Amino acid sequence: MDYTSIIRDYCIIRDHHVIRGDQVVFTGDKSMPPASFFTEIYRHFDMNYPKFYKMDNLCKLGFLAAELLLKDKNLQHSDTPYETGIILYNASSSLDTDRNHQNSISDQAAYYPSPSVFVYTLANIVIGEICIRHKLYGESTFFIEKEFDADRLYNYVKLLLDDNLVESCIAGWIELDSDHYDGVLYLVEKSPSVTNGIVNFEPGKLIEIYSRRS
Amino acid sequence: MRQAFVISDNIITSLGFTTGENAAALKSGQTGIEMHDDRRLAPSPFWASLIDNRALPDHFTEYENPEQFTRFEQMVICSVMGALKDTSIPVSSERTLFILSTTKGNVEILDSKSGSRFNEDRLYLWNSALLLQQFFTLFHKPVVVSNACVSGVLAIMIGARFIRSGAYDHVIVTGADLVTEFVVSGFNSFLSLCSGPCKPFDKDRQGLSLGEGAGTVILSSDQKLFGKGERIIAGPGISSNDANHISGPSRTGEGLYIAIKRTLEIAAGESLSGEAASVDYISAHGTATPYNDEMESIALTRAGLQHIPVNSFKGYWGHTLGAAGVIESIAGIYSMRHNLLFGTLGFHTPGVSHPIHVIREAREIRIDTFLKIASGFGGSNAALLFYK
Repeated sequence: MDYTSIIRDYCIIRDHHVIRGDQVVFTGDKSMPPASFFTEIYRHFDMNYPKFYKMDNLCKLGFLAAELLLKDKNLQHSDTPYETGIILYNASSSLDTDRNHQNSISDQAAYYPSPSVFVYTLANIVIGEICIRHKLYGESTFFIEKEFDADRLYNYVKLLLDDNLVESCIAGWIELDSDHYDGVLYLVEKSPSVTNGIVNFEPGKLIEIYSRRS
Repeated sequence: MRQAFVISDNIITSLGFTTGENAAALKSGQTGIEMHDDRRLAPSPFWASLIDNRALPDHFTEYENPEQFTRFEQMVICSVMGALKDTSIPVSSERTLFILSTTKGNVEILDSKSGSRFNEDRLYLWNSALLLQQFFTLFHKPVVVSNACVSGVLAIMIGARFIRSGAYDHVIVTGADLVTEFVVSGFNSFLSLCSGPCKPFDKDRQGLSLGEGAGTVILSSDQKLFGKGERIIAGPGISSNDANHISGPSRTGEGLYIAIKRTLEIAAGESLSGEAASVDYISAHGTATPYNDEMESIALTRAGLQHIPVNSFKGYWGHTLGAAGVIESIAGIYSMRHNLLFGTLGFHTPGVSHPIHVIREAREIRIDTFLKIASGFGGSNAALLFYK
């Protein structure tokens, strides 16, 4: 277990801003609903992944955060893709799409449940979308918490690293409930030695990053 | 090394309110899947395994007033109480964690015409966790795993990991889900429901049957807390994603294959009985959809496990979603304790391209190592080993 675990990078999508490093890299119009803002981000960063348009808002948020987090990066151990895990949390599960599905069945005269909506009524679909996009076969779990809990995230991801179940992990908070959204993803990795400018993986650092505002 | 011993368990389904009652029904080949014509659940008749509407609150009255708890909460609490009856773990200790596995929890509150007397706040799964913390006076707020149909296996796996790592000494794992209009309409829209009890791995399988239920497994690092019978240890296990499709299983069984392979590698590394040849029994996901069962046959064959006896419990209880991994693991643990394999109800003629050893009827066999596998939407897969 002779290694240091580091937060190699992070991405925040919140309050009509996209934050990378210490910088706001994109700002959207404050009046925009989440779906339009997400499409703006997709276009601004010139992403080419048409499946994006089929996703529900929770998946769009997670997809965009992962896309920006992993941009221009080689994941460690890319020859063994199951060594990168994804551990996500949120408060509202897939409730936003649950409401859409429920609306489609609430009136027996207009009963039209759709498989393309129903499939998104599970919180972990966003993990599936990120895995498909980045060809990740590793450990993954979606947990529910009332609010971001740095200790819980740290303890579980640290366990996965210590047990050599993952070598790196995309972890964070991907929350969406109607017009409210909050996406924070960290890329956590094992590092053989301590290098300058690297942020150690610890609960305090997770909170410091999570609390960053534009 | 610290180990996670299986201390106690409980199953609540249409077939009974204890593990024993459920096992007796399984032994006699009884199914809980029946035709229901209930307009609150579906516009036309459908087949599912439903817990009797009166039996649950009747049972729950023993603990609390059923008026104040949703069906989901009643089912979870009854199951935990059932498992706690046989053990003396310190429930309120700082060393005890509760893990709840569910896909949809209280989703029926969303249905305005159901006239639910409960506030919409109750929909949030973290609120279910807080309610359980209060009810059982738990030191920690429960961990909630909501990861489609692999939630239950993941929850036990995570519980075992927390015990092995020393993070906790005791973990209560409960998986629960209801059959609601929400899920019936959704699976119906996928055309994945069978018109009759489902037929896992069969040539004529046409889809799954839904079921509702709750299961509880109590794990502990202290094997003295387990009273009678042979000791069973939970873990290691691994989850893996297919990275292929959000609603269809991988054609190569990639994620499930990786999960099984890595689980057996870890077991071999720990010098448990980890060689593929020494797995005595596999409880498959076996939903009876054409694609799932086919994918499992491919993954098991790739892992060299095609000769090992395998069954599916879906023909008895239907697919109980977030509860499935927990109650099917408990049935497997029962099989280990009693050296008795349950048959695969609904299976008659092999119907997967890779021949695997599907068990038709119950029979006695010594089981020292049991592998539970599960797969679900979002490309998720998990494998978990239990051993004596």
